[in-house]
Amino acid sequence: MKKNFTQLSVKTASDLAFGKAPKPITCGFALRLGSGQVYPELNFTLPMMTLDKAHWAAVVSHYEEIGEMVRRASKRLHLPGLMIEFELLPPMTEHPEWGAEITSILQRHLRLAHEESGLSCALRVTPTDIRDVTRPPELRSGKAWDAVRQSFDSCAAAGADLLSIESVGGKEVCDEAMLYGDMEGVVFALGVLAPRDVEFLWNEIVAICSEHKIIPGGDSACGFANTAMQLASQGMLPEVFAAIVRAASAVRSLVAYECGAVGPSKDCAYEGPILKAITGTPISMEGKSASCAHFSPVGNVAAAMCDLWSNESVQNIRLLSGSAPEAFLELLAYDCRLFNKAIESGTEQTYQKLLVDSDIYESPQALVLSPDSTFRIASAIVKEPTHYRKTAAASREAVAIIRQAIDDGKLQLAERESHWLERIHSSLEALPQHEEDLVGAMSDQYGRLYTPRSYGL
Amino acid sequence: MNELDELAQCLGQGQTKRVADLTQQLLDKGVGPQRILNEGLIAGMAVVGEKMRSGEMYLPEVLQAASGMQASLRLLKPYLVKEGAQPLGKILLGTVKGDMHDIGKNLVGIMLQGAGFEIVDLGLNVPPQKFIEAITDHTPAIVGLSAMLTTTMLNMKTTIDAIGAAGLRSQVKVIVGGAPVSQKFAEEIGADGYARDAVLAVDKVKQLLGVSAQG
Repeated sequence: MKKNFTQLSVKTASDLAFGKAPKPITCGFALRLGSGQVYPELNFTLPMMTLDKAHWAAVVSHYEEIGEMVRRASKRLHLPGLMIEFELLPPMTEHPEWGAEITSILQRHLRLAHEESGLSCALRVTPTDIRDVTRPPELRSGKAWDAVRQSFDSCAAAGADLLSIESVGGKEVCDEAMLYGDMEGVVFALGVLAPRDVEFLWNEIVAICSEHKIIPGGDSACGFANTAMQLASQGMLPEVFAAIVRAASAVRSLVAYECGAVGPSKDCAYEGPILKAITGTPISMEGKSASCAHFSPVGNVAAAMCDLWSNESVQNIRLLSGSAPEAFLELLAYDCRLFNKAIESGTEQTYQKLLVDSDIYESPQALVLSPDSTFRIASAIVKEPTHYRKTAAASREAVAIIRQAIDDGKLQLAERESHWLERIHSSLEALPQHEEDLVGAMSDQYGRLYTPRSYGL
Repeated sequence: MNELDELAQCLGQGQTKRVADLTQQLLDKGVGPQRILNEGLIAGMAVVGEKMRSGEMYLPEVLQAASGMQASLRLLKPYLVKEGAQPLGKILLGTVKGDMHDIGKNLVGIMLQGAGFEIVDLGLNVPPQKFIEAITDHTPAIVGLSAMLTTTMLNMKTTIDAIGAAGLRSQVKVIVGGAPVSQKFAEEIGADGYARDAVLAVDKVKQLLGVSAQG
């Protein structure tokens, strides 16, 4: 039964806090999220090496080493709780038994950590969405989809406590639309194509989670909005474009919750605060402590409403202090002590204000992630009846937020950024009222890139 | 301003239709197609590349200029073929085996095409054998390899080694790029060049092929 979110989970923007969610969840070994504490979510990947059958023993040894480190470091750092994310690499999804083997290794270490020191902890497993291995992608059938589905099932059976994905439906169009600065194409990809794929995918994921009695976590618009963020950071796209794509991307991620996901959202889903405002579920976020994986202009503001605080990804290499995953676990642990001390001392609103104020007018991308902006964008989304109209509304609200900040003299934009803001505004205002009119126009322009049957079109 | 300068300027301003109209006017006046290409289009795109490098232009504006160049080239091509003019060079691109990331590689292709190079794009998750077959079929001057993962970047070396084992290494230059890749890594695996981003990839290709900044 699909949920339809027609109102927000919070009454005001000030109800959006870190460590607290209207709908807390408990997962894994008694890890309760969104009920008054922020916990680290540690993510890691392999260093430069070949990932194949011949090198499998070396691959396994890396994850064993990380698992042992987690048990040791969680005691040393007196962690009150911990989420580990195992994000599969493509061959681990192509060979579902490989992903399942690593899942069981990490699950064993978390179980031992819980038994040895009472650590509340859980394992998030994220299979790679390899369905775009062919172009146009074949999303609902074929070898890649079979492997993805099997990977979810095998990892669930091997001990995943919750499942997530960074799904790619619509990305084949969104990529090109972004490169050409075509907001209409972006809205088509994010508001028409992607929601259809997320719905297809999450109906399957929720069913698998239900069968294995584990948590369906959430999706991430990483391949869309984070691509825009990175292109903006390289000076290839306007920052305002990336900011508006961020707002627009929340709708396709919301569809996972409509299908039964309960959070926590993925760390790289910077749209998480919008999802939290709508669904009330806990969210994972990343920012300044994820600079090991990528840079961003939202390092502090991204933390303002988090329930898990992540490092995104770090290679298992040696640093002067020790292994890089351990170094970043320590960093996250200290970040979380601050969050939790603020909550304990009743100063969380002051701390949240500092996190927001230190970033908000440095970049339009930071501005749209503030609690006030999040609340406004989420409000615009729930008022509309369809995913297409929700996406258009989120985009328009982001434009309005940025314009207002400029008018108030708070946000300074370079002239060429302002020019793009008005160009995007015009594109959004010119969007057709009815989705079918957009589909017709966009199939002429982007039809060569996608297969309609992959979206049930 | 002469019409070739105007062509270059209109290209930089993304006036695709005007670029095509001017190209036709120049051809009608008997201006040589190679001159239109060099002094109008490639000169215009060089300015565009410089503006992108200096942060004065965003990618969509660069791609708009590239579209203008393509529109003009469609008109010039029959004349260029008749004159026996050679394209700047053919570039073979692909994301190496095991890697599904392709936006960076696509961007490099678009930028190179805009700069006047011919592109053969093999897509993503490309095994070494497919690169070898494509080198044989298309005889590119340069092969560009892309990888985004620490667990796929070594497949760049596997690919370069396979090209060598097939006896084709001396026929092509190989450039590499992608988030985990560096100049040092490129040297270690025997690549001829590395570029941090798509703009620099165009520079690197020009440098390797001995093409001047103006063309």
